Amino acid sequence: MHSPLKLSVENPAIEQETRTAEELDLPWQVVVHNDPVNLMTYVTMVFQKVFGLTREKAERHMLEVHQQGRSVLWSGMRERAELYVQQLHGYLLLATLERTN
Amino acid sequence: MEIRRQGDCLEISELDPFLAELLRQVPESTNTEGVEGAQQRLFSSPAPASEREMCAEWKLYVDPELRRLFQTATKTVAVDLQQLNGSAKPFANCTLRIPTKNADAWLNALNQARLVIAAKYNFSEADLCDHYRSPIGSRRDLGLFQVNFYGFLQEFILHELERPGGG
Repeated sequence: MHSPLKLSVENPAIEQETRTAEELDLPWQVVVHNDPVNLMTYVTMVFQKVFGLTREKAERHMLEVHQQGRSVLWSGMRERAELYVQQLHGYLLLATLERTN
Repeated sequence: MEIRRQGDCLEISELDPFLAELLRQVPESTNTEGVEGAQQRLFSSPAPASEREMCAEWKLYVDPELRRLFQTATKTVAVDLQQLNGSAKPFANCTLRIPTKNADAWLNALNQARLVIAAKYNFSEADLCDHYRSPIGSRRDLGLFQVNFYGFLQEFILHELERPGGG
């Protein structure tokens, strides 16, 4: 290999940048967590509004939240995932962004 | 108390003074001041604590927007509730008409109020599911009644919105 390339590989700053770029490309997931106050019908309505889900699919996710404590509603790029979480917080649902393993 | 759809409004009639007072308390009940748990619940973290940078940015940019959204909903509800202030007879039953265009604001404000009250009295899931609790004997019992009453209203609004032409 040519030395310039070797140098750039060994440069810790460049290594750091590469890792960051890879991390940004990793999909994120939007997770909704159970909370005892929000009504099941309300949570279903929010899933339909925010994600455009059918009633049946929204209910399946709502039941998963209720029974398993959490449900992954969406996964994809970080920017859009943030927007979904912001919308869900606007409806007062407990929602987080998590990195997909 | 009777609840029904009347044209472009959701009408709650035959409201006795006690329930009318609980409704008047919706805006005040959304106040998180002095209730640490409520602040944390209404402005919850967007990610696990390990995502420090994201959480910090969220506090800086998103939380103020959410605060504005919640305040707007509460103000809309407060304006609708002014109908309950004009009764010539203070102990007479009254009627509240909620324009369907304000239904989302009502759902939001009622939810804020329920979450704040639940945080204030630290209600557990068992408390919230106990629909056979004895009559109100303490401020905490009243809080539980409020949470359930507001939940009942939310259910009604959602039911009406789902009907054809409901909003």
